[in-house]
Amino acid sequence: MEHASFIFGSWGITAVSIGVYAIWVIRRGRELAKHATREEMPWT
Amino acid sequence: MTGAVINKRRIAIAVARKDLTIEWNSRILVNQVAPFAAIVMVLFAFALDNDGILLRVAPGLVWLATLFSMLVVVQRSFTVESADGALDALRVAGVDMGAIFVGKAVALMVQLFVLELMLVATAVVLYGVEMTLAGFCEAIVTLVVATIGLGSVGTLYGGLAAGARGRETLLPLLLLPAVAPVLIGATRATEAAFGSGGATVSEGWPWIGLLLVFAVLFSAVGTVAFGPLVDE
Amino acid sequence: MAGQSGTGTSATRRLGILVIFLLATLALCGLWFSAEDVVQGSTVRIMYVHVPSIWTAYIAFGLTALCSGVYLSGKNRSLAWDRVAGASGEIGVLFVAVSLVTGSMWGRLTWGTYWVWDARLTSTAFLFITYVGYLAVRQLGGTHRQRARRSSVLALLAILEIPLVHFSVTLWRSLHQEATVANPNAKVELDGLMLFSLFLGLVAFTMLFAWLVLHRQRGMMLEDAFSDRGLDVAITARRNEAGA
Repeated sequence: MEHASFIFGSWGITAVSIGVYAIWVIRRGRELAKHATREEMPWT
Repeated sequence: MTGAVINKRRIAIAVARKDLTIEWNSRILVNQVAPFAAIVMVLFAFALDNDGILLRVAPGLVWLATLFSMLVVVQRSFTVESADGALDALRVAGVDMGAIFVGKAVALMVQLFVLELMLVATAVVLYGVEMTLAGFCEAIVTLVVATIGLGSVGTLYGGLAAGARGRETLLPLLLLPAVAPVLIGATRATEAAFGSGGATVSEGWPWIGLLLVFAVLFSAVGTVAFGPLVDE
Repeated sequence: MAGQSGTGTSATRRLGILVIFLLATLALCGLWFSAEDVVQGSTVRIMYVHVPSIWTAYIAFGLTALCSGVYLSGKNRSLAWDRVAGASGEIGVLFVAVSLVTGSMWGRLTWGTYWVWDARLTSTAFLFITYVGYLAVRQLGGTHRQRARRSSVLALLAILEIPLVHFSVTLWRSLHQEATVANPNAKVELDGLMLFSLFLGLVAFTMLFAWLVLHRQRGMMLEDAFSDRGLDVAITARRNEAGA
């Protein structure tokens, strides 16, 4: 494929940055949830 | 109803007069901000070491120097308030926040206008700008209309950033993107007035229209939004 | 068991699995199965992530403005609206950053330069900075109500600001521009699979956005709850680690 480095690069940047953010959101949520009471987590 | 309007006007005038009196007594604008703006203009001349380029970009430099100086003036305008919690005291006393906004914005506009006049004069002297009479009138109109926009946005975001930790860095982040239309419009209009790059005076008026839209929008919105932004 | 589920529920888990499936399909279609464009060649493949991310950013900022408006107009002023607005703004900033980077990579291949002073590019950069400012204001401190009020007003101001910036930048460019920059989407002849890939990207990213917002606003809810309790979670967590 022509320009493979740019194409995979752009897909890679998208995947990595969104992926890192998603993992951060989940881990932060889990960390906080450890100390939460059930009333503070109305979705459970 | 009319009593309330008169009352608001009186508050606005009182606030504006108070700010300008403080400014007049301390002379910060004249003694510190104006020299700062002037040195920025000189530094531009060092950086762009070429007479032709300077003449071409003089309008942009005038407005960039205005924006940078404005950051200092806006911060000062609200340091005065938050130092002794004056704004909070006014709110507790039930003073109309819209009127306070108008008062502070007018005081800021007066200071900015003085500063801009000085910067244009500096550009004329340092960079060798030559203006026709029509160009001069256009430059004055540009200054007035752009200043109304800048003063409104500056007061709005200055009030938001006042009293917050790290406001020195927050204010430019909020303010500079918001005033980008003023920089574009005012620079093009001033180019027309200065005749830089072969621009004619008539080319400037549409840009003044843009500045006018900006000024009207933000002075109206500012009156409404100032209260909620500068909260307890 | 509350401690294990975190910010997830069975619904978000199902949504998450669907998103992963859609993104994997998008990667297969976009990078492998779909043909190259007649005009753009292989560079069209960057569009399958670029267009969905800017699309998602617009949705995110729209949601931020909507929730801010509802917060300000509502009678009970539930902080939930503010948290959704904040979560959405945060995610929007991420997506607009991604689209700026992927867009400039596409520009490097197509125009030979990473950046052109095109009206659309310039106002997107302003969009990015405006919402970075919005996020900074959310971090100012004070009570949750103060944060909510300030940031809601700011989000509505941004809605006013962005069209003005876009309009003035467009006017600015129309003066200087001799050769108009090729409209990125103008000459693209999309065949069936390419159109499908693009559409799939929009759907997948929108669902990814929904999934992120759901999780993030719950995380923010917990952050708010803890700061109400006056409990510094970070310190507690570190103490626990040190103890264990």
